[in-house]
Amino acid sequence: MNLVRIKEERDIVVARSAAKKIAQEMGFGLVDQTRISTAVSELARNIYLYAGQGEVHIEADCNPRSGLRITFTDQGPGIADIKLAMTDGWSSVKSMGKGLPGAARLSDHMEIQSELGKGTTVIIEKWLPE
Amino acid sequence: MLESNSIPILKLKEFLIVSIQTDLHDRMAEQLQYDILNRISETSAKGVLIDISALEMVDSFIGRTLADTAKMAATLDADIVIVGMNPAVAITLVELGLSLEGVYTALNLDEGYELLQKITTADGEDIQNPDSEDSVVEDMNEPGSD
Ligand SMILES: Nc1ncnc2c1ncn2[C@@H]1O[C@H](COP(=O)(O)OP(=O)(O)OP(=O)(O)O)[C@@H](O)[C@H]1O
Ligand SMILES: [Mg+2]
Repeated sequence: MNLVRIKEERDIVVARSAAKKIAQEMGFGLVDQTRISTAVSELARNIYLYAGQGEVHIEADCNPRSGLRITFTDQGPGIADIKLAMTDGWSSVKSMGKGLPGAARLSDHMEIQSELGKGTTVIIEKWLPE
Repeated sequence: MLESNSIPILKLKEFLIVSIQTDLHDRMAEQLQYDILNRISETSAKGVLIDISALEMVDSFIGRTLADTAKMAATLDADIVIVGMNPAVAITLVELGLSLEGVYTALNLDEGYELLQKITTADGEDIQNPDSEDSVVEDMNEPGSD
């Protein structure tokens, strides 16, 4: 397992490079490696922008299929309306609103848990082709 | 904020050439945008080739920065052509839901250069509305007359 702490803006690059490297070692193809590093970049940036700091855990071998599971946790403000936040184009800061829905499209599975005032956890999974 | 590893911008005749050889973090992307626009206004460059073949991904931030740079460059009368986007990056960009609106793309530097010549010459001829009095030299169909 691999842990990247997000504290400053450069850590976004550290997280996405680490994820890409692990994906490559696990045998993911180049397109999937790129999907993974892009999704990680979006979600790590969300931590940096909205929570200030947090953590990215990258782990190999998840259930129900073998692949990559990446968990993004922060103790930031939380997301009031997850469904709204997942809407393509919706942004609370007049950005493009592509990060969450984009990361969902780039992965095989995504889940979000969030509590206002407590923080947010986003999990994405990418499975190896069978 | 000083960036130790800023990205070089080369001038070749009326064009600028930028090759991004490093993983772009956000502030660096913003700095590059600023530097490119500055060089355009300093040199009156008509076009910019940006080689992104070494970029391992283009996320929403980099994508938006590139698109914004192209828009701002247009207001300075310069066109931007992005070259060398690798196929995995192109696929991912579409899935992310991003379109690089207003940005020309070409497969490699050679094609990018040709495209740039075409569009900058077309600009000078008819497409553009000639409302700026201090418009720069227009007759540069044949580069090499510097
Ligand atoms: N970790 C987080 N903590 C708190 N709020 C978040 C977090 N991640 C996302 N959000 C909220 O969800 C909204 C949508 O996020 P998303 O990444 O999809 O878009 P964005 O960040 O606004 O724009 P883009 O990512 O396209 O620049 C954000 O505007 C923000 O309000
Ligand atoms: Mg975002």
